[in-house]
Amino acid sequence: MSERGKSVVRPYGDTTGDGMVQVSFTLPVPHDKRAEGAAVQLANRMGMDPAMLVHAKPIGDGFTFFVVYGRVNHLVDLEKVQVVERDFPLLSAKEVNAVVKQRMRRKLSVVGACIGTDAHTVGIDAILNVKGIAGEKGLEYYRELRVSNLGAQVSVPELVEAARKEKADAVLVSQVVTQRDAHLHNTREMSAAFREAMPAGKRPLLIVGGPRFDETMTGELGVDRIFGRGTTPGEVASYLVHALITSRRASS
Amino acid sequence: MTGKLGLDPVLVSRARELARRAGQPVVDLARSHTTVSVERAVLRLAGVSGADPDGIPWVNRLVDAVVADVGLGHGVAVPVFDALAREGVSDVTLLAQKAAAGSVRFGVPSGKAATAARRAARKAVAAGVRQIDRRRAERDRLVKRHGDPKQRPWIYLIVATGDIYEDIPQAQAAARAGADVIAVIRSTGQSLLDYVPEGATREGFAGTYATQENFRLMRAALDETSRELGRYVRLTNYASGLCMPEMATLAGLERLDMMLNDSMYGILFRDINPIRTFVDQRFSRQVHARAGIIINTGEDNYLTTADAVDEAHTVTVSQLLNEFFAHEAGLSDGLLGLGHAFEINPDVPESFRLELAHALLARELFPDAPLKWMPPTKHMTGDVFRGNLLDGFFNLVGTMTGQGILLVGMMTEAVVTPWLSDRDVALQNVRYVLGAAGGLHEDFVPAPGGFIQQRAHRVLGEAVELLERIGEQSLLTAIAEGTFGIMKRPADRGKGLDGVARHEGDYFNPATEILEQPA
Repeated sequence: MSERGKSVVRPYGDTTGDGMVQVSFTLPVPHDKRAEGAAVQLANRMGMDPAMLVHAKPIGDGFTFFVVYGRVNHLVDLEKVQVVERDFPLLSAKEVNAVVKQRMRRKLSVVGACIGTDAHTVGIDAILNVKGIAGEKGLEYYRELRVSNLGAQVSVPELVEAARKEKADAVLVSQVVTQRDAHLHNTREMSAAFREAMPAGKRPLLIVGGPRFDETMTGELGVDRIFGRGTTPGEVASYLVHALITSRRASS
Repeated sequence: MTGKLGLDPVLVSRARELARRAGQPVVDLARSHTTVSVERAVLRLAGVSGADPDGIPWVNRLVDAVVADVGLGHGVAVPVFDALAREGVSDVTLLAQKAAAGSVRFGVPSGKAATAARRAARKAVAAGVRQIDRRRAERDRLVKRHGDPKQRPWIYLIVATGDIYEDIPQAQAAARAGADVIAVIRSTGQSLLDYVPEGATREGFAGTYATQENFRLMRAALDETSRELGRYVRLTNYASGLCMPEMATLAGLERLDMMLNDSMYGILFRDINPIRTFVDQRFSRQVHARAGIIINTGEDNYLTTADAVDEAHTVTVSQLLNEFFAHEAGLSDGLLGLGHAFEINPDVPESFRLELAHALLARELFPDAPLKWMPPTKHMTGDVFRGNLLDGFFNLVGTMTGQGILLVGMMTEAVVTPWLSDRDVALQNVRYVLGAAGGLHEDFVPAPGGFIQQRAHRVLGEAVELLERIGEQSLLTAIAEGTFGIMKRPADRGKGLDGVARHEGDYFNPATEILEQPA
């Protein structure tokens, strides 16, 4: 213990090492003595000992809300903390616009579509529409991005043609339907068509997204990046800037 | 000299006149065009219901079949009721099924056949409108029996699980906890579906599909709760997106009480074609007027994309336009839930006074409208403690400026969909503020010539300037050039454009005829 020194810490209430935390939760039981006991029992099992129940209030039918303060007996070893590093920095819309403006000196062109028979535009619209998702605005909102959303049931030749016409820097494809692995077949067909139609180096960045993709399959599907469930427009925009601008420092 | 802000009545009427001038060409456009969704709404009123085995509604199949034979510009009523007589079919839904199977040809009759088809169509649609009238009378009766909420603003809460059978107990619990209005958020992307899904639904993306059956189930559940609470609990959904006219119609048929219905939201935020939107909007507002449904407009959305101080006047401009379009469609002031929001960055000095000025400006410009006051979202972070404080100040502005409908802010905005406890904390916040300061608006009179008055005058002045600029070109050009919420939306682009047609000389729409008759 002692050789690790300061790498082991406890939560801080008002004194070093006091281990104090505060939690709130709801239990699906009506408010009475037993409910309060149950809350303390839960807190104990969470490692809080002693646990002080400071607030209990009935909410709705048969539910009680609790606030508990107490000391936890867990330690945190900072040396053992493992975090998955994103391989690109997350930028704000303002930062994305600034980098594109300064470094590209033109609008970054994005073409998006749902390809094949997939009519679910939920994903592509969440990423591209101004409305966005989870409180984040979509890519249309970014002043320095020029977005063309082709919508649903776009054929691969149409997509390639639109990418050529719009001089797309990136092509975003959304696939929700997974019957008979349609999302994988469609994606392979799409990447093959781009390889055939455009020489390497002239090809736009190919990005697919959808709830059922395995994010590690980029090589197999012939695309540059796969985004899974829960991706936000800000992540996509940050990735575009990373892949098209900041990581290509050398070339000009 | 009027009200608490000393607004110049000449400037206020100039603002309204400019809004009328900007809006009138759009109304003319709406009166000379129709859309697939308007025609589908007409068929719904005429009694077409249900969907094919793939879930595509019969109204879609029937409109598509008519369009394939004779186009959209005559309206579908005459071709449909002409075919009904020729085929000797008694039921319009049956005709839709036959049409979908390709066994019916549609034409545009003339002479006696046309007159007969018009008469039959008018009769069928009138029955649908009568149903809406009955539902409105039923609401009046229930409000009289159970009563309105005791306080203003009405407390508006959202449920959204994706599963209507989960939404129902949540909505009932929310009403018991104090909600006066329940809104069921729609599944992400429903606004871009060019058909209305059918039946009760149990799966959605971050919301529950709006369907006639879901409307019916939720309204019935809230009727039960209204009885239990001795207070009429209102139900809200969305008349927006590509099916706006049909949503309004279904809401009227199922006695929903409020509908989100903005004149420009779909254009700006969903990239729906501007003409499609304005045509659909006018029809849907005529239905809302008939059904006694309060519309909620979406000005809060501008402030989530643009700066809430610099762009405050765009809210005022949009409110004035929404008011003009609503009046033109027959909605009275009492049905105008014009929107605005508490979205100024809390780090801006005097942000609370600025919010008061903006909210009071809306109140004084539209004294008889039940304004919809929207909580902070843009500056809510994972810091739930600060969020709760911000919501408290939002509630305070709401009561100090006499807002009509208060959408309850959640401290977990932008974190999770509200938990039971989040809702309870949020309602406690509202109750505390309304209880402690519910009468403060009586004492609150901003100092003459002071900060709040000056700010309100400035915003109104900027709104008038913007309306003047719009008037010099046209509203469609202004939208095309990105005047609102930074998006550029040209009139010849956007989703749903292929579902728009100019009226032919013999265009006939029995629903519009009935709705435009003086009641």
